Amino acid sequence: MRHDSTVLDEAIESGLTNVPRAILSGPAGSGNFPDWFRDQQAAAWKQFQALPNPTRKDQAWRFSNVGLLDLTPFKFGGALPDKERNAILEQSRGLDKVAARLIFAGDQLIERDVVSDQLKKRGVIFQPLERAMVEHRELFRKHFMSQPAILGSAKFAALHQALVSSGTFLYVPRGVEIELPIEIFHWLHGENASVFPHLLLVTDELAKVTVIESFRSLDRQASGFACGVNDLITGPGAKVTYICAQNWGTNVVALQMNTTIVDHDASAMSLNLHLGGKYSRFESLSRLSGEGGRSDLLAISVANGTQEFDARTLQDHVSPHTASDLLYKNALDDRARTTFGGLIRVEPHAHFTDAYQKVRNLLLSDDSEANSMPGLEILADNVRCTHGATSGQVDKDELFYLRTRGIPVSVAQRLIVSGFLNEVIQRLDHEAIADHLRRLVDDKFANG
Amino acid sequence: MRDAGAGLSEKTIHYISDVKEDPDWVREFRLRGLKTFLEKPLPTHWASKDLEAIDFDKIRYYLSPGTATKSSWDEVPEDIKRTFERLGIPEQERKFLAGVEAQFDSEAVYSNIKKAVGEQGVIFVGSTEGLKNHPEIFRKWFGKVIPIGDNKFSALNSAVFSGGSFIYVPPGVKVKHPLQAYFRINAENFGQFERTLIIADEGSEVTYMEGCTAPKFNTTTLHSAVVELVALKGAKIQYITVQNWSANVFNLVTKRGLAHENAEVKWIDCNIGSRLTMKYPSVIMKGRKARGEVLSIALANDGQHQDTGAKMIHAADETTSNIISKSISIGKGRATYRGLVHVPKHLKNCKNNTECDALLINATSRTDTYPAITVRGTGNAVQHEASVSQVSAEQIFYMQQRGLTEAQAMSLSVNGFVNDLVRQFPMEYSVELKRLIELEMEGSVG
Repeated sequence: MRHDSTVLDEAIESGLTNVPRAILSGPAGSGNFPDWFRDQQAAAWKQFQALPNPTRKDQAWRFSNVGLLDLTPFKFGGALPDKERNAILEQSRGLDKVAARLIFAGDQLIERDVVSDQLKKRGVIFQPLERAMVEHRELFRKHFMSQPAILGSAKFAALHQALVSSGTFLYVPRGVEIELPIEIFHWLHGENASVFPHLLLVTDELAKVTVIESFRSLDRQASGFACGVNDLITGPGAKVTYICAQNWGTNVVALQMNTTIVDHDASAMSLNLHLGGKYSRFESLSRLSGEGGRSDLLAISVANGTQEFDARTLQDHVSPHTASDLLYKNALDDRARTTFGGLIRVEPHAHFTDAYQKVRNLLLSDDSEANSMPGLEILADNVRCTHGATSGQVDKDELFYLRTRGIPVSVAQRLIVSGFLNEVIQRLDHEAIADHLRRLVDDKFANG
Repeated sequence: MRDAGAGLSEKTIHYISDVKEDPDWVREFRLRGLKTFLEKPLPTHWASKDLEAIDFDKIRYYLSPGTATKSSWDEVPEDIKRTFERLGIPEQERKFLAGVEAQFDSEAVYSNIKKAVGEQGVIFVGSTEGLKNHPEIFRKWFGKVIPIGDNKFSALNSAVFSGGSFIYVPPGVKVKHPLQAYFRINAENFGQFERTLIIADEGSEVTYMEGCTAPKFNTTTLHSAVVELVALKGAKIQYITVQNWSANVFNLVTKRGLAHENAEVKWIDCNIGSRLTMKYPSVIMKGRKARGEVLSIALANDGQHQDTGAKMIHAADETTSNIISKSISIGKGRATYRGLVHVPKHLKNCKNNTECDALLINATSRTDTYPAITVRGTGNAVQHEASVSQVSAEQIFYMQQRGLTEAQAMSLSVNGFVNDLVRQFPMEYSVELKRLIELEMEGSVG
């Protein structure tokens, strides 16, 4: 890893101006983006305006508190004072050892640790969007926003495309295995600020990579809006692990749209940890498009206060002989709400599918509410598909057992909840990342 | 024969009300139903687009045979008898069926059994008679469990209902014989809109069975019933349906039970026929320790969509509910489970168990599962499990090795899949069901 701040100077100026603009005033139209990109933004903005606001009557938004999606107050762009920049850099602590790192604040790249020369020489591309779209135009254009958002947020995907000004492009060529994780931070700073985080990960045949994205707010109380897209394109036989550690401030409304394409014999694993935000919606689509592909979808939400987490997933089996396994766990306290709407879809001819889906809700308070909609659509036979949803509370016997060993009830309860969530984290099979995620969860329990 | 003609307008409603000599409040109720029906859109934002194929202007909403209630087996129409035969209903059973409260077109025709249960103080009459002669009992609950505006089709039924049963079981009375009804659509383009209300007073028990068939016509017909059950404190109601409409019938039925303290409502629902069935029997558990149960079997063959399920609304402490659903998709058939479990806040010790199993017979078969589960607060336990599988090739091979044909083996295997549910049906229905499944399985393999 090489620390390289000079690269920043080379970065093509983004479309962001120093004067904040209201989201609803649309793209700035300035900046040095290529024409094709700006045309796409203009088209996306039109689409955003044309699409209706979601209502609870839409099946894709059932149970969702759509009233929180008022975008009027939010602005994007604006300057980043040195003091804030330094605070963000200071607080961007994640994993001890990483292969590379990008830090974005208000959609501006503020620090960049590039990949080693060796990886670079083997063809690994790790660049901010605005550079990749120029230097690797064909590859970038082929995949950028190529996956339609079909789980309800088409309008917000259009908004994202209209206003995205930076983000990450990562390409791992054939046979290249990047051992250490790649780390990306996205920060919100200032009142009513908004960000449009973007990650486009493309792996070629037999490549291997792990990416962890962290989402945070400098001021935990500030109101804000985040509308991100991450697309993971997994080549044949490749292995991709993606971790999202979402810890926005308590007054942030966040939407994240993910599409993962799993080619033949490839495997993709994603873990989404949701801790922050007032309302946080996460859409995750895993398309198994080649034989022998496998996708693991994992998620943890720790919800308290009046937080609302809304997860929508689709395990789309297009090709025969594919497997997917989803495990989502929610721990709910106070007046928190969670919604899970998931679907396993086995397309015609996708025989010999193995698909699982399990959501478990642990309710810790009388005012918490868990909604589960685990769905199946099976259009092929010779499949093995099961899904399950449970909602319950801390087992009284377990609690009693711990108390007989002298553990106070509050600690005992926390231990049981940690154990409940840990089952998901362990599935990652990556000690350093697991430790990091456990620390984040513990911090939330400790600080509320 | 009396006939309201095709299409639906206020005129139709007045025609029906005039013929049936409805009291004014029923006429009002019908008119409100019509208004709501016309206002509400088709629920195609979540339901099948196939609903758009219903041409409401071509449907005849009221048809009465205008004959006196039939009382002997000899007078039962030949083709109904043949249906009984095809279903393999035992001779003795058929005689018993002659005493059923059966729906011939819109009006009830049989009423032998009334005498037997009448001695226990049970009221078992047609809906028209019930509203007219026992308003003090029925008005209190009529349209209360399922309000007019519950959905577009409950509104339609409220506007044009005719036929169906009204049953009142007095406190403590345990009705020994299951009460039965048999419904049949026998005029082209005719809709069947029966309305059933069963009230089981405190500590009473009753079982009601209904069967439905229709001869095959070239055009689509509509069946849209509303069934309301009220189980007062400690009462038990079991409602059994075997639906085998012909494959051009839209079967859009609203069924809901209200269970008071310690009461139990159990729906046993079996859907084999129709083009599109949308039916989600529900139980609102209103009193402490109330219980709700839905056992559902659906079989979808070519050109059929069985969109069935269950709704369990927990509205009191210590209420428990159980949903077991098994579906079989054959050929190009599509079976859908749609469910809702709701445990609102501050309830304690509520439990729900849901199990959905789907069996796919052919590569072109389709199955879906769409449950929605809401749980608030601690102290409740809800679990949902679903699986999709197919008949194991090994099982079939094993049976073929022992001399069964592939079709026989398949049929046995499918019967095995639903066997633990079918066993919970009353004897005569389980025998009938097995035969129906065998009939449906014919030609699905080989």
